Amino acid sequence: MKAPKKVWGRRDCSGECCERMSNTAGPASADARVLTGPEKAPTGIKGFDEITNGGLPRGRPTLVTGAAGSGKTLFGIEFLVRGARDFGEPGVLLAFEEAQDDLVTNVASLGFDLEQLENDGLLAIDAFRLDPAEIIETGAFDLEGLFIRLQMAVESVGAKRVVLDTIELLFSALPNEAIIRGELGRLFRWLKDRDLTVVITGERGKLGNLTRFGIEEYVSDCVVTLDHRVEDEISTRRLRVVKYRGSLHGTNEYPFLITEKGLVVVPITSVGLTYEASNERVSSGIPRLDEMLSGGVYRGSSVMISGTAGTGKTSIGALMADASCARGEKALFFSFEESPEQLIRNMASIGMDLRRWVDSGLLLLEAVRPTAFGFEEHLAMLHRLLDEHEPQLVVLDAVASLTSAGARADTTSAISRDLDLLKGRGITTVMTTLTHGESQESSEVDVSSLVDTWLLLRNQESNGERNRLLFVIKSRGSAHSNQVREFVLTDDGAELLDVYVGPNGVLTGSERIEQISWEHLAQTTRADETERRRQELAQRSAALQAQMAALQAQLTAEGAEFDRFVASEAEGRASGVAVRASQGRERSGEQAGGGR
Amino acid sequence: MSEEKDIAAESEDFTEDINVQGNAPDGQPMYDLRLYVAGQSPRSVRALENLRRVCDEHLAGRYRVEVIDLLVNPALARGDEIVAVPTLVRKLPEPIRKIIGDLSDTDRVLVGLQVRPMGESAQ
Repeated sequence: MKAPKKVWGRRDCSGECCERMSNTAGPASADARVLTGPEKAPTGIKGFDEITNGGLPRGRPTLVTGAAGSGKTLFGIEFLVRGARDFGEPGVLLAFEEAQDDLVTNVASLGFDLEQLENDGLLAIDAFRLDPAEIIETGAFDLEGLFIRLQMAVESVGAKRVVLDTIELLFSALPNEAIIRGELGRLFRWLKDRDLTVVITGERGKLGNLTRFGIEEYVSDCVVTLDHRVEDEISTRRLRVVKYRGSLHGTNEYPFLITEKGLVVVPITSVGLTYEASNERVSSGIPRLDEMLSGGVYRGSSVMISGTAGTGKTSIGALMADASCARGEKALFFSFEESPEQLIRNMASIGMDLRRWVDSGLLLLEAVRPTAFGFEEHLAMLHRLLDEHEPQLVVLDAVASLTSAGARADTTSAISRDLDLLKGRGITTVMTTLTHGESQESSEVDVSSLVDTWLLLRNQESNGERNRLLFVIKSRGSAHSNQVREFVLTDDGAELLDVYVGPNGVLTGSERIEQISWEHLAQTTRADETERRRQELAQRSAALQAQMAALQAQLTAEGAEFDRFVASEAEGRASGVAVRASQGRERSGEQAGGGR
Repeated sequence: MSEEKDIAAESEDFTEDINVQGNAPDGQPMYDLRLYVAGQSPRSVRALENLRRVCDEHLAGRYRVEVIDLLVNPALARGDEIVAVPTLVRKLPEPIRKIIGDLSDTDRVLVGLQVRPMGESAQ
């Protein structure tokens, strides 16, 4: 126990010395040449190269330390595999902890085929089996065997990268710590001389020491700590760049994950508010909702649908996904509550056929219990799905469930990261969130200020029934309706209907239907009355017409009478003349004919 | 290299005499030893000298030593899991033991080889 204390003293001293040396050397050399930071070797680990502005310091050792099971070995192996596969830098792995076969098997699940890389001459693995029980010290020794094996491995593949995992085991396997320290010092000089980029893993020591045996004294350039902690029964892995000499780096603790494709570091803060803003509108799949939003939501914007249980949040989300697929754009539906099959079935009940989109590959339904992973896993999963599926619309249903995966503040931060990620990619985001009781206008997860469009669904209870109402609470950058609409789910889809505003407030559901029938009745009654009056008028007009005809007939008759009278009178006059003429003749004939 | 050859010349090939138990005909265990060194460093030379002395004094007639120079045959380092140099590997009798260092501490070498001192073996 005494030895490590001495070690610490020495480490501090050497650390300070290094610090001083570099401080004095730094500015002097910087004046002479162009200012560039240390050259970097990209790790290829997702997110890590972003927070370190390019990777690990090239040609220098980096210490990766953490407790057992924190992913140190994996970090090292991924650094080698990516280097060999993606950056043309072959590597060497000196494994002190695990046998080679175990290593190969363990990382095979991450898609790393170490055997293939070895066969391709891109990787050399040398596993050291050190059994303290069979070793006895009988005098001075050195670690030339280690050097010889390392050199052989490095030369066999022309290595540029070396991982020593975990070299600290030398301390427990071999006696005489002083010799080992001296030899490690020589080892790191040896590695530096050959410009090898090195990752040394170390087990975190007690009392906050970086490593158990103080090997950080050899590594002054870059130190990364890995941490695996469990909060609220949810485990989160975190990574922090404690130190990176000569380089800017993110100093936060970044969550990271071990996924099927290796490590993924999630740089929370690296996503800035710099995304593009599109003027294009995309339809929500509900024509009247588009109308309320002056034509739909902006592409790449975020929509939050909040509401109490059973208000149709998922349905709206699904409708938007459906509309996206109908436009031929890929969509991703991330469900935290329902299985894909259940979702398909439920949406079929409102006349939406999601299966055809799933079958055609346009729609990806991904269901996962929120408690299955921590947020970071969720985020990383989202990341991966975005990469694989490349959707243009993502539905997160329902983000409030995420609160069950951790503390509320974390949820908010996780969701804001989700949103940033999605917005950064120009993906339209729809998230649904559950609200409770009174606080309906505050979203459960406190992200309302982050979203661009907020639709609120509310259940209105009256007359022994509940009806859904939809409001547009906000919609950034567009005029939107201030009207409340009734949201109705039918066998043929969703509809928005005007609500009836009466003396007793807004009427919905059966009240609305009642109102409609009342109005219909009133309309019918009015129509009947009109018809009756029309008929009456027709009748009266007919009667008057008839009267008019009768009078006309009378008039005609009277006219005819008069004509007849006139005619007879003329005739009478004419016959009178004739009578008088004949009388006149008679009277003159009497005079002449009397004499016969 | 002359030192190594000396040692090698002194070692005996006992494979014909060895019995089923891996012992010499007289019942004493046979020692199959392998000494790994790296070049002709003073430490290597010292280890060879010490080994020869121990063998002569305690294992006369029942040992074989193979000396491997890792600078000449680096690939052999992996086979016996050599990290420290010099390392003396006791291949026989089993189990394998590794004695690291320049073998200057004779008592510990004997402990490592599990050789009973001559006085004891005489009893």
